[in-house]
Amino acid sequence: MAAVSGLVRRPLEQVSGLLRRRFHRTASAALQVTVRDAINQGMDEELERDEKVFLLGEEVAQYDGAYKVSRGLWKKYGDKRIIDTPISEMGFAGIAVGAAMAGLRPICEFMTFNFSMQAIDQVINSAAKTYYMSAGLQPVPIVFRGPNGASAGVAAQHSQCFAAWYGHCPGLKVVSPWNAEDAKGLIKSAIRDNNPVVMLENELMYGVSFEFPLEAQSKDFLIPIGKAKIERQGTHVTVVAHSRPVGHCLEAATVLSKEGIECEVINLRTIRPMDIDTIEASVMKTNHLVTVEGGWPQFGVGAEICARVMEGPAFNFLDAPAVRVTGADVPMPYAKVLEDNSVPQVKDIIFAIKKTLNI
Amino acid sequence: MRKMLAAAVSRVLSGVPQKPTSRVLVASCNYSKDVTFEIKKCDLYRLEEGPPVATVLTREDGLKYYKAMQTIRRMELKADQLYKQKFIRGFCHLCDGQEACCVGLEAGINPTDHVITSYRAHGFCYTRGLSVRSILAELTGRRGGCAKGKGGSMHMYSKNFYGGNGIVGAQGQIFEAYNMAALWKLPCIFICENNLYAMGTAIGRAAASTDYYKRGNFIPGLRVDGMDILCVREATKFAADYCRSGKGPIVMEMQTYRYHGHSMSDPGVSYRTREEIHSVRSKSDPVMLLKDRMVNNKLASIEELKEIDVEVRKEIDDAAQFATTDPEPPLEEIGHHIYSSGPPFEVRGANPWIKFKSIS
Repeated sequence: MAAVSGLVRRPLEQVSGLLRRRFHRTASAALQVTVRDAINQGMDEELERDEKVFLLGEEVAQYDGAYKVSRGLWKKYGDKRIIDTPISEMGFAGIAVGAAMAGLRPICEFMTFNFSMQAIDQVINSAAKTYYMSAGLQPVPIVFRGPNGASAGVAAQHSQCFAAWYGHCPGLKVVSPWNAEDAKGLIKSAIRDNNPVVMLENELMYGVSFEFPLEAQSKDFLIPIGKAKIERQGTHVTVVAHSRPVGHCLEAATVLSKEGIECEVINLRTIRPMDIDTIEASVMKTNHLVTVEGGWPQFGVGAEICARVMEGPAFNFLDAPAVRVTGADVPMPYAKVLEDNSVPQVKDIIFAIKKTLNI
Repeated sequence: MRKMLAAAVSRVLSGVPQKPTSRVLVASCNYSKDVTFEIKKCDLYRLEEGPPVATVLTREDGLKYYKAMQTIRRMELKADQLYKQKFIRGFCHLCDGQEACCVGLEAGINPTDHVITSYRAHGFCYTRGLSVRSILAELTGRRGGCAKGKGGSMHMYSKNFYGGNGIVGAQGQIFEAYNMAALWKLPCIFICENNLYAMGTAIGRAAASTDYYKRGNFIPGLRVDGMDILCVREATKFAADYCRSGKGPIVMEMQTYRYHGHSMSDPGVSYRTREEIHSVRSKSDPVMLLKDRMVNNKLASIEELKEIDVEVRKEIDDAAQFATTDPEPPLEEIGHHIYSSGPPFEVRGANPWIKFKSIS
């Protein structure tokens, strides 16, 4: 798949110029793939592999996807596999769940997860809880996917992060990719999983290119759900994040490295079931913990991580209280200066790390 | 020069005091005071009678409607420009082409009636009393915006106007609302601005029945020519009277068209042809239709309307100037207005050491 970062028209995306052409390179000139294309590839491969897989949602077919994630799929697979729905989230989510119960493998796209609130009863009550309520009789192999969290200037009703909301529910699996490899591996695993999986993508990451390792180019490349990845080894502090903030953490780590502080950056990849083992092992090594997320602080992903660390073996290894870096506890304001201060910045992460280390 | 002289002379001779709010020259007997126009008959559902098929347009009202529609038109085009210049961010849904809907609606109701709408709200913001200045400054996210820069395009409010809402399209919810409104005979007009497309999907691909005025089932409905402001006004008056008389809710489908795409991120031509857009613009443009009516029936002169155009342009330019120079809201206010009527409290920022104050 050719690298198309920055050249692709993204009509419904609002991406600041700075973010559009960010590359993560290593020495070898490997394949560069955008997150968008990685998800597209993953869905394409699974649609090809299993005819029970289909995609439905608003503008996914003839418009090529509101954010162009499903570009080319309708042309390739047609009306029966790629379905444009009316603007009726509760309705089409319910239809998707029914299809999953009857044996198909739907991918239900929410244009953003903000709209999933219209359909949340279907996600939780019809999808998540059913296998339990039926004592193992009725699985619901469905994927709910779409962009989650803050974008740029889309204001209060379109910027909410749902990681904590969905992560709260037993019966659901919740994944949150950061880079292109995460996106492809996780969407494929999600589609092959027999359980309801919520995949929280990020609109601002769609256009970002990453190096695509050789194994990721395989049609059987899967990333296991429930396993975090250590993106960067370190010794002084464990920094745990999911989605776009992982990139911010790596930036912070680069800055701090110049001052002799080595951060171990963990990319959660899965919100639920959470890979607490990897976090604990890291904390037992570094003795310090900072969590980073885009969502609101109260009852968030970071809060859960801190609580679990308290309850487990890693607590005794902490030299300082764990600290959370999060979105500000306000509905997302529109004005740029307010919005900038409502999302965690690299400087906020650096500040928190230094405070934790008592520097 | 001669024209100016003639106008000045006629002004003196007519003795009619000049209107303080506009520089429109009031001439003497060259203009009709009012004209009766025939308007399109509305399609009716579950109604024995409908709005009248003729209505009187006074010169005064005509000029008022023209100015309002032209203001909204120019304001939306200015917003388009400001968006492309990156002064406006995020989502921006423009309503140029649909001006007759909001202006006609307002002409048929009272300021004390309550209105709520979707994200394509800028026109309603204006007709519900917000100034162009406060609208544009909100779009650019400045402290002089009607929501102090905190809401943006989809979240503008004023007295008896409940926004501007970003999450729409829940078809189930509208049927729940229909049921309760009918059950309890609530005086509610349900309006569908049918511009033929649900985002990028033509209505034929999204709706099992596109006769939206009939979709209230047990609720009567009318289908209105949404490009003709007089049609909208009369239909609105009819609908409002129906509700006020205690008969319960009514559905009103306004057939209209938007020139822009769904939002500024949508070019609007991948699912529609340019020919279609051009055809609507040249045959059914609401501003043009009113203008032609007024000029052809001597309710106003072309020059007079051009003067209004100049005034409007100036108002928009001034507002845009304000909107691009007014400062952003102060950071200290980021935590304000979380709760109503409560004591101040502390709001957490991006890490535990960043704190903001929240004032009701």
